[in-house]
Amino acid sequence: MYGKGRIIPALLIFLGLMTFPLWYNAGFAHQAPKPEKPAEYKECVRPTQEMRTSHMVMLNQWRDDILREDGARKGVTADGTEYVRSLQNGCMHCHANKKKFCDTCHTYTAVKPYCWDCHLEPKEAM
Amino acid sequence: MRVLKALIAVLALVVIALVAAQVPGGQSLLGRVLPYVAFAIFLGGFVQRVVYWAKSPVPFRIPTTCGQANSLPWIQQNKLDCPSTKAGVVGRMVLEVLLFRSLFRNTQAEVQQGPRLIYGSSKWLWLFALLFHYTFLVIVLRHMRLFTDPIVPFVHSLEFFDGLFQVGAPVLYQSDLIFMGAITFLFVRRLVLNNIRYISLPADYFPLFLIFGIGLTGILMRYFLRVDVVAIKQLTLGLVTFSPVINGQIGTIFFVHLFLVCALMVYFPFSKLMHLGGVFMSPTRNMANNSRMVRHVNPWNDPNIKPHSYASYEDEFREFMVDAGLPVEKEMPAAQEKSAE
Repeated sequence: MYGKGRIIPALLIFLGLMTFPLWYNAGFAHQAPKPEKPAEYKECVRPTQEMRTSHMVMLNQWRDDILREDGARKGVTADGTEYVRSLQNGCMHCHANKKKFCDTCHTYTAVKPYCWDCHLEPKEAM
Repeated sequence: MRVLKALIAVLALVVIALVAAQVPGGQSLLGRVLPYVAFAIFLGGFVQRVVYWAKSPVPFRIPTTCGQANSLPWIQQNKLDCPSTKAGVVGRMVLEVLLFRSLFRNTQAEVQQGPRLIYGSSKWLWLFALLFHYTFLVIVLRHMRLFTDPIVPFVHSLEFFDGLFQVGAPVLYQSDLIFMGAITFLFVRRLVLNNIRYISLPADYFPLFLIFGIGLTGILMRYFLRVDVVAIKQLTLGLVTFSPVINGQIGTIFFVHLFLVCALMVYFPFSKLMHLGGVFMSPTRNMANNSRMVRHVNPWNDPNIKPHSYASYEDEFREFMVDAGLPVEKEMPAAQEKSAE
């Protein structure tokens, strides 16, 4: 093998970069996020799996519907419960704590939704 | 036909992933075993290929010279295109690796009326190749949000600038659009230009289709079909901490995406994609053109074989040469000439 002095260090750097996640995570304890569920309600406006994957699409749709199309401000769940199509008055009515609900998964997956550029985070009762 | 072969191969991979994700135990195989195998083949194959290249002796200076070589002091040297120093070579390599300078110098020949052959500058390949590679890099780095916990800080700023226009929810990444556009251009270029299509092989189309498939499944997963990202991160983070788990429902589309990425990793070391390592190993790029300043001794010369100049060669064989009537530089001594007669 020729050029050992350059090629072997270069290969080691390459391997180090490629395996970066393997050694970066080693020192930390990993916990899957556990968003706090509301005590008094059992069901959300849509099935849980759909909320997990697509809640952001629904929120976006509500915004467009209500602010841009003059759409209905109220919706009805599958089992007939009426709810407000609103982040602060709807979602946060049950999921009152942003830190213990929204942020758990968003921080875990590096999602920084721009909801809070305009919306206020409900204050804790002090 | 060569296009179809590559397309069929990629479609077959998609079908395999679709079927495997439905079979009991298939998700576990695709998600928890295959990535390790593919990654090991990728790293092992990569190192093996580089070592194989490093074993080939390059006894002579063979840089491509694209400009004026170092010459007399009053002739200006083109230090980047014909470097004679280490610094020049490093400069040339940096520009090549980071900015694809050789593609920037691409020209296109065209026959015009006359007939007249005209060479013009052609920057499209350079532009789209650059866009493709850099958006690919951004996308790979963005994926670090799934492989690190706590998340490496640069991911947040990448995410912010990539989704700067805040289109829709989840926000649209510009890099996704540019990436798909660039790879489509690179593919269409091969199809539309007759001379490029003529020299294109299935091995040229296959990686394009494969990477297009990876991009497409990724985009479907983010914007259209949508998947449970938290469940996916538990799996991906589990993979890099050697405890992969499949919790909850991960959509089939994720397994197609993952399988295509694994296929890319396995395919990588044995294909043209090895230009990732190859660009650094090209003797036509990484050598200084200094043959006129430095004596380069062939490293595999046999030390037992001593240099044999023409003068000493003639000394050794003069008699026979004269006999055979061959011209000699130094005539035979008179006395010997007589005795030979």
